[in-house]
Parts: sequence; C-alpha cells; structure tokens
Amino acid sequence: MTPDEADRFVTAAAAYVHIPFCSAVCPYCDFAVVAGQDEMAARYVEAVCREIGDSAEWRPLEAVYFGGGTPSQIDTALLTRILDALRRRYGVSDGAEVSLEANPEDFSVDRARRLRAGGFNRVSFGAQSFDGAVLASLRRRHEAQQIVSSVAAARSAGFDNVSIDLIYGTPGETDQSWETSLEQVTALEPDHISCYALTVEPGTALGRSVRSGAPAPDPDIQADRYETADRRLKASGLARYEVSNWSRPGRECRYNLTVWAQGDYVAFGNGAHGFRERRRYRNVRRLDAYVDRIEAGDTPRAGQDLVDGWDAELDRVFVGLRRTVGVASGAGTETLLASDEGRSLVGAGVITEEDGRLVVNKPMLTDAVHRSVLAQSGPIVWSDDDA
Amino acid sequence: MTDQSRIRNFSIIAHIDHGKSTLADRLLERTGAVTGREMREQLLDSMDLERERGITIKAQTVRLEYEANDAKTYVLNLIDTPGHVDFSYEVSRSLAACEGALLLADAAQGVQAQTVANSYLAIDAGLEVIPAINKIDLPAADPDRAAAEVVGVIGGSPNDVLRLSAKTGEGVDDLLETLVKEVPPPGGDPDAPLRALVFDSYFDAYRGVVCYVRVVDGRLESGDAVRFMATNEVHEADEIGFLRPKAQPVADMGPGEVGYLITGVKEIDRIKVGDTVTSNRRPAEKALPGYEEPKPMVFSGLFPTDGDDFEKLREALEKLRLNDASLAWEPETSKALGFGFRCGFLGLLHMEIVRERLEREYDLDLVATAPSVAYRVTLPGGEVKEMRSPQDLPEPTDREAIAEPYVKAMILTPSEYVGPIMELATSRRGIVGNMTYLSPERVELDFEIPLAEIVFDFFDILKSRTKGYASLDYEPAGYRVADLVKVDILLNGQPVDAFSAIVHRDNAQEYGTKMTGRLRNLIPRQLFDVPIQAAIGGRIISRETVKATRKDVTAKCYGGDISRKKKLLQRQKEGKKRMKMVGSVEVPQEAFVAALKVDESGLKP
Repeated sequence: MTPDEADRFVTAAAAYVHIPFCSAVCPYCDFAVVAGQDEMAARYVEAVCREIGDSAEWRPLEAVYFGGGTPSQIDTALLTRILDALRRRYGVSDGAEVSLEANPEDFSVDRARRLRAGGFNRVSFGAQSFDGAVLASLRRRHEAQQIVSSVAAARSAGFDNVSIDLIYGTPGETDQSWETSLEQVTALEPDHISCYALTVEPGTALGRSVRSGAPAPDPDIQADRYETADRRLKASGLARYEVSNWSRPGRECRYNLTVWAQGDYVAFGNGAHGFRERRRYRNVRRLDAYVDRIEAGDTPRAGQDLVDGWDAELDRVFVGLRRTVGVASGAGTETLLASDEGRSLVGAGVITEEDGRLVVNKPMLTDAVHRSVLAQSGPIVWSDDDA
Repeated sequence: MTDQSRIRNFSIIAHIDHGKSTLADRLLERTGAVTGREMREQLLDSMDLERERGITIKAQTVRLEYEANDAKTYVLNLIDTPGHVDFSYEVSRSLAACEGALLLADAAQGVQAQTVANSYLAIDAGLEVIPAINKIDLPAADPDRAAAEVVGVIGGSPNDVLRLSAKTGEGVDDLLETLVKEVPPPGGDPDAPLRALVFDSYFDAYRGVVCYVRVVDGRLESGDAVRFMATNEVHEADEIGFLRPKAQPVADMGPGEVGYLITGVKEIDRIKVGDTVTSNRRPAEKALPGYEEPKPMVFSGLFPTDGDDFEKLREALEKLRLNDASLAWEPETSKALGFGFRCGFLGLLHMEIVRERLEREYDLDLVATAPSVAYRVTLPGGEVKEMRSPQDLPEPTDREAIAEPYVKAMILTPSEYVGPIMELATSRRGIVGNMTYLSPERVELDFEIPLAEIVFDFFDILKSRTKGYASLDYEPAGYRVADLVKVDILLNGQPVDAFSAIVHRDNAQEYGTKMTGRLRNLIPRQLFDVPIQAAIGGRIISRETVKATRKDVTAKCYGGDISRKKKLLQRQKEGKKRMKMVGSVEVPQEAFVAALKVDESGLKP
C-alpha cells in the first residue's frame, strides 16, 4: 500500500469491542480474558451495549473489530446485538470492515453463515501453528485440520477477507516445522497473515514456568524464523505492511491501520483501550468490575492519558513507524535524526529518511527505534498553534 | 593540672569485632563517664559507616576517672586506635600518645594478623602491653588456646593474661586495677618548653579543626599562641579541654594529659597528625619524633556516571577531605569515562570507605577504575618518574625500566590453610619467607609480594580459601624492577582507558583473554557487532565479538496497549541511562565493576 493510502486512516473512525470469554486461558496470553464464565456472556453483552448507547455521538465507523478472548466462543446473536448497537449509535459505513477473531475449534459453516448474515465480513483465525507438537505446547485446543476446515467454512459462508495468526519461536518448534506451517498457511490462500514471536509476559503461566527454569524463546532463532516468514509470505504474493502483518493488496486490516495512523477509535468492554479527542483511555480490566460499574450506572473508565503537543507528535511517529510505509517527516523525526541516537540508528542501517518519510528498515529492531523516539525532548514552548 | 603519677594513658589493640568498642562502652559506664541514659551502644564509633562495618576509622579518645582499690582517683585516658592496616601511621601516632596498650583477643577466634602487627608497633614504641582475652562468655570460647596464642606473640605467661567479657562486664574491674598497676605513669618535664603530640584531628562544622593532643613536656594553656612545628604555623589556642566524652574546657594541661585543642583553623590539611605543638613564646628545640606525611598507596579513578555531576563530585571530595587529610586527588580525563579524579588512598579499605561515602552521603553514582599502585618508571635519560595510572605509562621504547612497590605481608592462619595460602601467594608473585608457629594450630606466614597483586581482592580470596580464619597485615617494602607490560582493551577498535592495566608479562595473555571474555558477557548486544580486543602495544593478543542484536521488537502493538507499551519502553530507556557511552558502544556501569573484579584463579585486576 502507498504511504498516502496508509496515512489516510488518520481521519478514519473505528471501534474495538472486547469479548473476554475463552474455553481455557492459553499459557502465553496476558489479555483481559476469562475461562469458564460463559454464563456471564448475556449480562456482559448487555453491559457493552449500554456502554455503547451511553457514549457520545460520533461519525459512522469505517472499521469495527471484535477481539478477545474468543468472540466466536459466545452466541452469534449476542455478537450481532453489539454490532446493531454500534450501528444505532454511530452508523457503520457502507463497505466498512467488520472483523472478528475466531478459534478454529468452534467455527462451523452454520456459525459462519450467521455471522456473515449479521454483518461480519472479515474473520481472523487464531491458528498459531500447523504442527501438532507446537499446538500442544501452546495448549491450543485445535488440530491443524480444523484450521483448514474453518477457513473453508468461512469461505463457503461468503467471507472474502480471511486472516490467520501464527506464532513462531515456541521452544520445541524446529525450522522444519515452521516451514511446514508457512507452507500450509499459504496453501489456504488467506487474504491476510499475522506472525507473532512467542513472547513471555510476566504474570502469565508461561512467564511463571520460564522463571522457574523452563526454556524461553531464543531471540536469534525468532529472528531467523521471522526472516523465513517474510521471504515465504512475500513469495506467495502477500506484502508486509507492518512489523507482524502481511496481506494481499487492499486487504490490510483497516481497524489496525487506523490505530497506526493515529486515527480515532472507540473501545468497549473490559480492559478495552480507545483513542478519541486526543485521549488514550482504558476501561477497568476485570470482567465483574466492568459489568458492576455499568449496571450501577458508573463509568467503566480506569484512566486516560492526554496526548497532545509534543507528546502527540512523538505518539504519531511511535505508532506510525510500525508500518512498512513509515511516517511522514515532521518535528519528531527531525529531532530524532538530529540526535546522537538517531544518527547511530541511521549509521547501523536501522532507519532511513527518504522522500520525506522516515522508515524502519529492520523491523525486528523497531523497539530500539521506539525507545529513541520516546526519549526525544520537544521544543520548550509547544502548542498546537505553533505546529 | 593532674598529678602525673595519677595518669594512665593507654589504647586498646584489637581486631575488628573482637570487642574493642563494647569494652570501651563498659569502661565509660564503670567509671561513670556516661550515665545509663546517655549510654548508646558502642558510643565511640560515631560515624554511621563505622557502626555498620563495626570498625573504627577515625580514632576518638576519652578521659575516664577511676577510683581504684587504693582509694585514690586515677585519670585513665583511653586513646582509641583505628583497627585496619591502611591506617598504620595513625595507629602509630595514637600509640605514641600512650604508655600502655591493652592487647585484646577474641576467646573464640584467637589472635589476628593486624593485632599482632599493632602489638609489635606497641612493643617497639616501648609500651607496656597488657594481654586480655575477651568474649569468655561465648559458647565457642577457648580462652586457654587464645591465651597461648597471645603469649606466642608477646611472650610472658598464660597466667598473666586477663580474661573478661566486655558484654557481661565480667573481669572489667580486674582490668581497671591492672591498668592502674601495670601502665607506667607518664614522664615529662612540666617546666620544659611545651611539646604536645597531635595524634588525631577532625573537622567540626562550628569549631573548625579539632586536634587531639597529648602533652609530653611543659604546659598547654588556653589562649596561648602555639606553633605547629612541621608546618611552622602559629595559631592561638582558642580552647583546650578534656573529652569526658563530652568536651570540657580547661585552663591548662600538663605533662601526660590528653585532650583537645581548637585553634580556629578551618582547613584540616593545615593540621598534620604526628605534628608537635609547642609554645610560640618559648618554643622547644626539637619536635617529637615520628612525624610523616600521609602517603597514598593505592590509586583509582573516580568518575561520575552522569557527566553533569563532575562539580558535585569535586565538592564532595573537598568536604570529605575536611575530615580526612590523607585523601588526595587530581583531575583526570578518561576518553571512556569523561571527567573525573585520580584519587590516592592509604589502602584498599580506605578506598572503599571513601567510595561508599561519596555514593551514600553525597548521592553520587560513580564508576571507579581498577585500583592501581604508583610505579616508578626509568626514562631513557635515567630520570625516574612516578606514575599512578596505566595511561601515563610511556611506550616500551620510551622507557628503560619499570619498578613496582612491594610490601612485606604477614598472614596469620589456622595451620590447615598454610597450603592454599602459599599457593595463593606464589600465584600472585609472592615470595614466601618465614613461617612461625604461634601455637600448634596457628601459623604466622611472612612473605614479600608486589602491592599491585594484593590491592584488588586478595583479602576476599584469602578469606574464601580459609573460611574467613586468616588475617592479613602489610607494610611497604620498597620498589623492585619487574617485567611489566600494559594491556589495553579495545571496544569497537577504540582503547578503553578505564580497562587498561599494567600486568606482569607472564600474566598478560591470561589477563587479555579473561577481560575480553568477561566483557563479551557484560556488554549487551548493540545495533552492530562490537569487537572486543586485548592488545599489548599494537599487538592483538585476544579477541571476542558481541554480535549485533537481531530482535528487539514487540510482536503485537495494537490499539489495546499503546499507552502501556510506551510506558514500558520509557522505563527501559530510563534503565539505559546507567549506561556509559564508550565511543559508539553502550557499556553498563556494572560492567566496569564486574569486569575488573578478580576471580578465584587470582588473576588481576
């Protein structure tokens, strides 16, 4: 995609809906999720609809994203109720991307059809691997064959925008098994693929077991696997447009493009984060606390950060640099490039400025760039009027 | 003026933790110098650091009044001595103010090397040495064995060795009586011109420099003009008095008396410990013997981690010097570490104390370079130059010879550790000399060794090889020419002056290999490959590489975690502030410390 196409999303309006329910919590997951509480789903959805209904008016949405948790875990009717609430409150533009995450083990043709009929047009499968041993060590609850049948179900129900998530660098995964996963995933001809390095987060079961001596992912191996993925996915006609995301042309995830373009997005549900009117805000993380607050007529907000002036400029560079197209040059990039750190990043070939844009050439080193970006001090007096 | 026959001046010679401070407390209590309410644990150790380490850095002194069994009241001046090898000059000055010394040994641990060394100092100074065993209340106490060891050091009969417990007070009355009986009263001519020994000094924010003095001859009178003979400065004796332990001003002090003298001088280096105070009106012809200038033995560069703290470091050093005339420094510039100071210390403990105080009391983050010694380099013209930093060493073609300082070291150890200690000493180029059995279980080992070989962590290794039982003391033993080379460490092709070291040629390869290996593990991966090399002159003797980072990225960064992610990255960035930029390479501060640490194999630095 061209830089202009990517930057256009700065004016988009998007929405995120969090569905925290899962059949089990995966050992590496540090999202706001719960297992075995599906009986809460109806009450929760009621609360989400109320949060939507109580929110300030806004323009029609161009992208909607149901993430989790496992949105496909709960009754389809509940998901469409939320979608209807969004339509009522904001409207959803014609041709908007309406996406949900799903697990391969519970995605039937029947369910696919109902979701499609309810207005969803993009589905993202948490496939993670096609290797049974890797799936087992990630404690996933599906087999490779179910990925294949889920994708087929989605296609037959009329989903023309299908994404698949993979995880690489799991201890025990081999070069060969990763190659096989990539081969099998491309054979399914998805529109979009995300590949994530397995990350050990503190407070997760994986974090605890690594701390007590279990093998941790090897960053050099993960770098190798990333290179393999980039090579293979590009060969199959997918282009990388962000650190961990590849797609067919035009099938980039618009919800995420909005986030990376520093566009506005509203967010609903427990632990959800939004960005609207220069504020990055977040809801309470616990499911019960979220529902209690909504039912008591209280706000579910847990906090917010005002992002303006120089912070907003650094924030723009921060989120935008995740993209292959990088960011348009501006005060933030100029300050970075004039700093010692910026010069050493250029010297090491990590970043370059070309045609009025700063881009990261070594996406696997993006955090090193980010740390330097966030460390830049702005001019002493800065207001939007000066900008 | 106190009757000379009623004065007893003594100090206590004891190893760290052998109970000197507790005994001093007990004596204060017994003689009523301090009431119970005023009593604090270990009153004499007043600096926080001393309390924590259980050592006495600066000597303090106290005047006690004791009514003996003969119904006469005696003045007992307890002159405290620093208990560490680094301060042997200060110890010798304190002892010069006494007629007697109490040799105090722990009933469980027996005699330690520095106790022996200080006992020899006391005997050489002609003091009456009274042996005593402390901590007889301990379950592990073996007073007979300890007494035998004491007798092995100073002679005499085990029956004459006092036994006491400073903790419970047992034996303290006997001790007081023995002091009165055995310590000779001071001599000195009250009518002769004044001669008083300055045996310690400290800086008081309100009063300026306070000197501790012992009058030898004549009279010291409040308000008199006094002359300091070594510096030849004349000042007025604004106030003189006794320490009981609170200051008690008096009008005059006669021979044998011990107290303080305040002249209004504000700069501590203008008052020299060991100097003689005389009357300006009627000066003595000869100063008291034994005065020496403090001589630093160990040198290390101190650099603020944050270059902006340079001035703060200078101010802190100046403040420390108010109380420590032996601390010396000059500005030093390091390519790797920026602006700092090359500091000279009396020894290793002194260095550690200064560093700790700078960091703790003055809130400074410091990087210290490897300690080094003063080398004497003979230049082609025959001129000899002293050189205190590896960076100053001329190239091999520009020098004729390098001589390094040696010390005579004494180790006291349980006999079973003789083997490991000999091995350690010889691996550090030590030449073992005499071996003396103080008792069947305890041995004194004497050897000569380059100071450079013990300034790093010889103590630590000695302790670990002997389970903490061996003790060490040393004294300078001149310079000797040796085959020394400078090994440079290069990071990304740039020599890092902080890592340069002067080592014996035979150890150079090992030093280079170890340092490059260690640094490879200590330096985090960077955006590019970082070669680490060791070199003698232009010759590379060892090489390692820190491979470039390949992965430094968050896999997922979506709308949900942007604020959190930013904060996490900012925190990581904060952590990186403790990095020093060496050329283009980020080196964690800890790397400087860790790389220079000696390991069990005994390789220095």
